Amino acid sequence: MPNLRRGATRLRIRGPAVTVAIRVAIFLLSLVLASVLIFVVCAALPGDIAQVILGQNATSESLAALRHSLGLDRPLLSRYLDWVGGMLTGDFGTSFFTRLPVADQIATRLAVTGWLVFFGMAVALLVAVPVGMIAAVRRRRLSGAVISGLSQIGLAVPAFWAGILAVFIFAVKLRWLPANGYVPLREDPMQWAAHLVLPVLSLAVVQASVLTRYVRSAIVDVLEEDYIRTARAAGWTRLGALWRHGLRNASISVVTVLGLQLATLFVGAIVIESVFALPGLGQLLLDAVAQRDLMVVQGTVMVLVFAVLVVNTAVDLSYVALDPRIRTARR
Amino acid sequence: MSTTALTGAPLLAVRDLSVAFDRGRRRVLHQVSFDIAPGQRLGLIGESGSGKSLTALAVMGLLPDSAEVTGSVRWRGAELLGQGERALARLRGSELAMIFQEPMTALDPTMKVGRQVAEVRRLHRSAEPGRVRPLVLAMLSSVGLPDPVRIADSFPHQLSGGQRQRVVTAMALVNSPDLLICDEPTTALDVTVQARVLALIDQALTREQAACLFISHDLAVVAQVCSNVLVMLDGRVVDGGPVDRLFRAPEHPYTAGLVATARLDLVEPGSRLPVIGDFYASGAAGPQ
Amino acid sequence: MRRVTLLAGVALVSVVVLLALVSFVWTPYDPVRVDPSARLLGPSAAHWLGTDGFGIDIASRIMVAAQTCLLVGVIAVGIAALVGVPIGIGSGLLGGWFSEVVMRVTDVLYAFPALLLAILLAAAFGASTWTAMIAIGIATIPAFARVARAGTVQVMASDYVLAARSCGTGRAAIAGRHILPNVAPVVGVQASVAFGIAILAEAALSYLGLATPPPTPTWGRMLRDAQTYLFTEPSLALWPGLAIAVAVLGFNLLGDGLRDLLDPKLREQAR
Repeated sequence: MPNLRRGATRLRIRGPAVTVAIRVAIFLLSLVLASVLIFVVCAALPGDIAQVILGQNATSESLAALRHSLGLDRPLLSRYLDWVGGMLTGDFGTSFFTRLPVADQIATRLAVTGWLVFFGMAVALLVAVPVGMIAAVRRRRLSGAVISGLSQIGLAVPAFWAGILAVFIFAVKLRWLPANGYVPLREDPMQWAAHLVLPVLSLAVVQASVLTRYVRSAIVDVLEEDYIRTARAAGWTRLGALWRHGLRNASISVVTVLGLQLATLFVGAIVIESVFALPGLGQLLLDAVAQRDLMVVQGTVMVLVFAVLVVNTAVDLSYVALDPRIRTARR
Repeated sequence: MSTTALTGAPLLAVRDLSVAFDRGRRRVLHQVSFDIAPGQRLGLIGESGSGKSLTALAVMGLLPDSAEVTGSVRWRGAELLGQGERALARLRGSELAMIFQEPMTALDPTMKVGRQVAEVRRLHRSAEPGRVRPLVLAMLSSVGLPDPVRIADSFPHQLSGGQRQRVVTAMALVNSPDLLICDEPTTALDVTVQARVLALIDQALTREQAACLFISHDLAVVAQVCSNVLVMLDGRVVDGGPVDRLFRAPEHPYTAGLVATARLDLVEPGSRLPVIGDFYASGAAGPQ
Repeated sequence: MRRVTLLAGVALVSVVVLLALVSFVWTPYDPVRVDPSARLLGPSAAHWLGTDGFGIDIASRIMVAAQTCLLVGVIAVGIAALVGVPIGIGSGLLGGWFSEVVMRVTDVLYAFPALLLAILLAAAFGASTWTAMIAIGIATIPAFARVARAGTVQVMASDYVLAARSCGTGRAAIAGRHILPNVAPVVGVQASVAFGIAILAEAALSYLGLATPPPTPTWGRMLRDAQTYLFTEPSLALWPGLAIAVAVLGFNLLGDGLRDLLDPKLREQAR
């Protein structure tokens, strides 16, 4: 289990403006490092991409022509700068195969993955916060042990297996919901929702198990704090004190995990899209990998990493709002 | 309710209070009994681990679930032991209040202290719109905090230990409780701050005409606030009575040790300082 | 209670290891030979768990797939520990802005979950067991670095190290005598937890076709194949998933049990 309070302790000594500035600088630096890493793996390491695309039997003239038309004959550094510069203006390059702009392909598929991740996290939180609280308060009773046991099992179940089982139960046996596919929200909201229910639930089952454990341990920590006893001595019941004074304090450590979990949620979405044949970023990415369409892979991975970094930065900054020890450190 | 029915009856009556942990295997409090009359101040003295704090927590109903509590704790004649959390919560902070030893961690770090004091008022006296804030400010200044507006808008980490302990005291007193339990309220403070906080609690008790159970390991501190003292050792009450009687004629050798170590003015210059062990060998008379 | 956790973990992990070991010398049937006459047979005395769409015995495939699962886990966790632990100890030992920079760089890896790295590597080099192992290993480095650093900082702040340093003991000697023995147990716990995560990642990757290519059986690919027959032979989707869950649960419980054993104070929080 990672240290729950890593961000909080590291940022504690500084004033709020400095904290924000440092965090934004780290974000930009991470973005640069990530783009270099992606570029090196996709553009520098694989060798001759033209050869990969045209196959072993290609003539040297056609290889040279393709290299030139893809811009592969230029130095690595200028190709990298072109790629990054293009992305800053919304140009993610053109697909090696379809010759369509990568940005357009990403844009049309972003919504599917976005909905999946958003609802997945929302459902997971709605389950994990109350259940984790109960598990913490009743940790010495049977109900607490049962919740801990269930979350332990949920942690071991792969999301895609949960998805397959859900399809079997709700689509094959009960015939309540569609087994796969996607309908855009604008076309038919009811069908849109029906197609999202099973993917979201399978994604949320695993996330809820992870989060339940974190919520539980954060609340167990808080329950032993002196201010909870003070609150009870002032007239709160055990649960009242936890609600009024415990949750806010526990949320500081839970929010850290939330950031890390969102990264795994994006990844989980890729797998779940594959289970339910949803036309999201994951499908785009997997199709591109199968075709070795590295321009699409590069762009899509960059978008996903960007999303993860934005979320992590937002999480770290939310301490400034949640924890007055950071917010008012300058006084 | 007629007042005559209450005269002479104790506010708090503790009888044979015993506490055990680990399914009764570890007994930490043995048949403690005492009364506190309205307005009376009782000191509870003993070394750490003697069961003073446990006694206080048992009275407040704040012991952990794993504790087994037997005996009787009556508040105005009504039994508190076995009462539900909700019923006890109604009493706590209103009629019974408590100040804890560690001011650094006793306050919620994410909430301004003014709100924390106001919250205790609102919890028990509903519907006082607009009147809570002035009351909180008055309370803060009455516990010796200058510039109560600034203090009220501060977070705990922005205040010193002495200031925090005053805030905790204000929280305990804001509903004018009938009994204030103080668990070593000055132990964690600097020596200079100790005396002032002690004087302040003393004044507040007088002003509110509240009874007090004052816990300390320091006889000199207890003597400043209380007229009667119980001496605890290894989970039992071993001695007790008016402070001046204890100083003059301690019954238990342990008390004699306490008195001797507290009366440094009697030590001859150049001679060795007395320790409790000179008067009482721990374990010799202890319960085994 | 904690004994139960540890024993359950050891028991489940042993089952998986035993399956893998036995499969080296014996399986009920050939785990890769296609037999069109025996397609989609339900569970029977001859085929305990039935046969798949190619007529291959499911039980045999599940046993052999345990090899791949454990191999990926061992190599991935090995890479992560061998790189991550020295980084963590070094940064904890040296401190200052250097260690801050090193830890920030490993933090960037947090934005690259194993699956994303594996997709990158598979796109560049073609999917194989190796791309999966390396991707999972690299993605797990930060977790080991973090744990090792936290342990090192804690030991360095302790009184006995202060005493050793005041006696003139050098940093290298302190690292050897005090830090390694103190960090090793937490690294062990981390390894067990990371092993469970690696198994999950490997399963997802082989489900997506981004790891070990056929015909070598993997639990993830078996589930992918089973999905085709969900309407006709749903039990195919049961066993490989169960195998993954048992293996992951085993390593998770083992990690929790070890942690409890090492630090009883953490027991409350870790459960």
